[in-house]
Amino acid sequence: MSRVSSPTFRDSLSVSFTVGAYGVAFGAAAVANGFSVLQSCLLSLLTFSGASQFAVVGVIGAGGSAISGIATASLLGIRNGLYGVLMAPILQVRGFKRFVAAHITIDESTGVSLSQESRGLKAMREGFWLTGFGVFLFWNLFTLAGALGAKAMGDPSAWGLDAAVPAAFLGLVWPRLKNTTDKTLAIVAAIFAIATTPFLPAGLPIIGTALLAVIAGLWVKK
Amino acid sequence: MSNALWIGVIGTSVIAFALKFAGHSVPEKLLSHPLIKRINLLIPIALLSALVAVQSVTTKSSIVFDHRLAGLGAAILALFLKAPFPIVVLSAAITSAAVYNLF
Repeated sequence: MSRVSSPTFRDSLSVSFTVGAYGVAFGAAAVANGFSVLQSCLLSLLTFSGASQFAVVGVIGAGGSAISGIATASLLGIRNGLYGVLMAPILQVRGFKRFVAAHITIDESTGVSLSQESRGLKAMREGFWLTGFGVFLFWNLFTLAGALGAKAMGDPSAWGLDAAVPAAFLGLVWPRLKNTTDKTLAIVAAIFAIATTPFLPAGLPIIGTALLAVIAGLWVKK
Repeated sequence: MSNALWIGVIGTSVIAFALKFAGHSVPEKLLSHPLIKRINLLIPIALLSALVAVQSVTTKSSIVFDHRLAGLGAAILALFLKAPFPIVVLSAAITSAAVYNLF
């Protein structure tokens, strides 16, 4: 890659570091939910999609089956596929490069890339690669730090880790609540999940809310 | 339990990559239907909200109101004050730990 324009570099780096630092919360959450340090780090290296990682850890940690954990995480991963659809015509890569591009196709790399549109195609590509690799680097380093830190702490409740996990989910969903439909869906989904927890096998109360999302999507025609 | 964890780690990773790679490989028309786009924005909202709820007030298959709820309250307050993500998580952890250790 030739010279990178400095505003693009600055955008990419600041997003990479800030978002990567959330990896601490993930590493700690994974260990608090019974995952080993190795498993926590592998999730960050191989899954590399924050919400999906928090979800699989949260669902299995709450006693859900591996299947419901994977299903919930995968539903959250669908949006990365849609980002790929947006990014493919911008990146125009094949073969091994396409594999790498796919792996780092996440909220942040796509977001920074699309935000560079006024600076031209070259800046969009640079924004994607820099942010993707940047988040990957920091996310994995901070995951390791969080996992080791949580391991050293012992009782997760005494350190508030058991509340940090739902707070992290809340922090992920909050910026997405833009209109009344979003907010209503969030509240209905929360109530549905709590109300069905005593009756449904663990994991289903969460993944079942995907149906609520489909219903809401069909309902609101705009 | 430990098997379930490994299956979760590997299964999630394989599907996560498959979804990303599929996006880079399918024709754009297939997924650009407005209904699919709309539902795709709504699914994370439903799932993440459900996760917030389940992780805050349930333990196994019972509804339990404990120190975590205080932490969640702190997180909501922080979000209303437009605090950045790390502050949101930290304020929840500190509040919850305080309630857990003091009462």
